[in-house]
Amino acid sequence: MRIVGFVAFLVVAAFLLVVPAAMRPFGEPRLWEMDRYFLDHAQEELAANNVCTAIVFDYRGYDTLGEATVLFTAVVAVAAVLRKLKEGEA
Amino acid sequence: MPEKEGMSLIVKEVARLIAPPIFIFGLYLTLTGHLTPGGGFPGGVVFACGFILVVLAYGGKRAFRRLPPEGASKYDSGGALLFLVIGLIGSLVGGHFLYNFIQAALPGTVFHLLSAGTMPLINIAIGMKVAACLFMVVMALTLFRLAGEKGGES
Repeated sequence: MRIVGFVAFLVVAAFLLVVPAAMRPFGEPRLWEMDRYFLDHAQEELAANNVCTAIVFDYRGYDTLGEATVLFTAVVAVAAVLRKLKEGEA
Repeated sequence: MPEKEGMSLIVKEVARLIAPPIFIFGLYLTLTGHLTPGGGFPGGVVFACGFILVVLAYGGKRAFRRLPPEGASKYDSGGALLFLVIGLIGSLVGGHFLYNFIQAALPGTVFHLLSAGTMPLINIAIGMKVAACLFMVVMALTLFRLAGEKGGES
């Protein structure tokens, strides 16, 4: 069992050492066409100064809807778990 | 009869001084999300933190008289519905979900508060939703603690 743990440690350590060395330098992404499109066109297409908000709320608004649904589900889960105690208290 | 609830007088006074700027800052982050760093998510979190500060300082019962948890539930569902309605209007008008129909009809000017079409509206919806969500989560955990204490006593 200890050997398995040691091997797993070695594999994870090698992964963590090799991957940062093989990464591309900062500021030179491999796929940059979409980034460049957002930066160039967000102001003229959407009249939005904040490109982050333009991406989050317009270009990828569907994704944001999913995030909001996750939040809603979390609240529903909390309310469902604590429901009996709230009723007993009220 | 003096209120025994909440924290000491110093905490109450400081919370009364600090809570309005926190609410205004949350509103500012939400409303100018398309111009400056910010947006619905951080604005809603700041707003919810203001509520939580008031509840912590003044105690649950007195704060719940002003902001009942049922209202938070309505704001939560209302924010989600507003987001969905805006997206569905976009799909009816422009052909795909969340189409920016206001920007297509009335193109705004960059750096103006009323610009970017539907994005400020979606920011407001998300801000309402996030604020109500976080407030409800913290309040549910607080009520859980109170109920547990009462159950221990009886």
